[in-house]
Amino acid sequence: MTKKLVKGNIALCEGAITAGLKSYFGYPITPQNEIPSYFSRKMVELGRVFIQAESEIAAASMVLGAAATGTRAMTSSSSPGISLKQETISYMAGMQVPALIVNVQRGGPGLGNISSSQSDYFQAVKGGGHGDYKIIVIAPNSAQEMYETAYDAFDLAEKYRTPVMILADGIIGQMMEPIEFNRPEKKEFKEKEWILNGCKGREPRSIKSLLMKDGVLEKHNVKLQEKYKLISENEVKYELYMIEDAEIIITAYGISSRIVKSAVKLARKNGIKAGLLRPKTLWPFPSKIISSFAKPNIKFLSVELSYGQMVEDVKLAVNGKSNVEFLGKAGGGLVTEQEIIKKIQSKVYSIFL
Amino acid sequence: MKKILSKPESLKDAVLSYCSGCGHGIIHRLAAECIDELVVREKTIAVAPVGCAVFAYDYFNFDVTEAPHGRPPAVATGIKRTNPDKFVFTYQGDGDIAAIGMAETIHAANRGENITILFVNNANYGMTGGQMAPTTLIGQVTETTPFGRNPEREGYPIKLCELLSTLEGTTYLERVAIYNPQNIIKAKKAIKKAFQCQIDGKGFSLVEVISNCPVDWGMTPLDSIKWVEETFIKSFPLRTVKDKINSDI
Repeated sequence: MTKKLVKGNIALCEGAITAGLKSYFGYPITPQNEIPSYFSRKMVELGRVFIQAESEIAAASMVLGAAATGTRAMTSSSSPGISLKQETISYMAGMQVPALIVNVQRGGPGLGNISSSQSDYFQAVKGGGHGDYKIIVIAPNSAQEMYETAYDAFDLAEKYRTPVMILADGIIGQMMEPIEFNRPEKKEFKEKEWILNGCKGREPRSIKSLLMKDGVLEKHNVKLQEKYKLISENEVKYELYMIEDAEIIITAYGISSRIVKSAVKLARKNGIKAGLLRPKTLWPFPSKIISSFAKPNIKFLSVELSYGQMVEDVKLAVNGKSNVEFLGKAGGGLVTEQEIIKKIQSKVYSIFL
Repeated sequence: MKKILSKPESLKDAVLSYCSGCGHGIIHRLAAECIDELVVREKTIAVAPVGCAVFAYDYFNFDVTEAPHGRPPAVATGIKRTNPDKFVFTYQGDGDIAAIGMAETIHAANRGENITILFVNNANYGMTGGQMAPTTLIGQVTETTPFGRNPEREGYPIKLCELLSTLEGTTYLERVAIYNPQNIIKAKKAIKKAFQCQIDGKGFSLVEVISNCPVDWGMTPLDSIKWVEETFIKSFPLRTVKDKINSDI
């Protein structure tokens, strides 16, 4: 299969279209503008739905409506825009409406800047909106994975009736890489038993999160938590690189994981036994595999484009069995291979050198 | 014996939760009767609001979804654009449609979405206990305008139909009331016309129904009806504000 040179954002669009995306609703914000621009032409050409909404809030609500009828719908945005969409994401989690939300992160807080950043980790994996809920969060680290995760996201969302978020970062969205469009087009979909499509031949249905009668909301929450447990057991994805004999395990996702991979190679050349553990799903988090590697003579280092967010989940997984260090920066600055090596060679890790 | 009146099929056999004397029951029934008569119940997907009518899905006998506060026009847009063959309407109050959801209302109307909105205007926020709404009248006392609405402090009542009439995307806008049988008949006619507008693919239609809220207005049901007739509709005149279906009013 021939490869094509495309931006990560465009690869994501193609993945969603091939997966049978029927409608896209969006609002411009950098660094994800290629997504609505691409869809504005492509979706119309395909006879599907594209709307540039009046706001991020409206776009998310349009997704809610379209997805409640059982069709594949998505929206995309970047950090401040995702903050606005959190209202609807909480509703969709409560109403159990499956949809795809894409966050190509930028620097924050506030308007921040348009550089690459990974500072929305907490917001993505800890709920984000109000109420006790989780959404599946996938973190691609290449244009190829942008394509593949967008393709897979809808099946995952529908399997569990939950919103799925692809949490990319500015560089993953913007960089061009050769990718293979290696997935078959999905055309046929089974009708689901919960959707709203008119009550012909059946009892009317409603999709809602308002459950006022005594004890009903509690039961609903218990059901949601059981679902989240099931997702945690079945859907964890991660990548291991040079980890079998590693004495220093570096955790990183998205663009950071690419830098870490280079740093691991460099470290190995210098006789340092480093390895990479890359969570591909940020929620559910690969806690079990991290826990299995945690021993007193193994050190962990979390490398992020933030001031320390994922490192908290690494620490929870390690649960005191290993030391966990952090290296990160945010607001547009990238962590370099040299900084990672320097961190490894610092006093904390001198025991290995 | 000939049966001359019964509960519309589009209404479930449920006890409504609305306060005594409230207009929602009548408006629900009018919507249900119109849907029955137009034979669209089995292809209806309605959007319930946040506010007094939040339980609409427990009363209407067709598919209904929830929407975040003020977002029904956006939710309806998502439904209708992906399912142009379905009948889609939203049921919203004044706070929902003209305060928190004003952007969604204006832009759905401006895009000329082929949906219908039933807008129940009772000049206050009913469910939360009677606070000021965008439609609260000048001088009207509410929970949050204890000295009466003062335009210098709180601005003026928003006349949504007139506001939307300036948009080229709107097809049919009418303001009706339900304070007496004659007006209830007129209200039904308007709702049916608005629904027909959508069925015929003619674009965005909205019916504003002036309703009463005796409990939050601190009145008896009879006094609240009197207040609608003598005061409310003086500020919100009952009329066809725009009709591009057959003419260009």
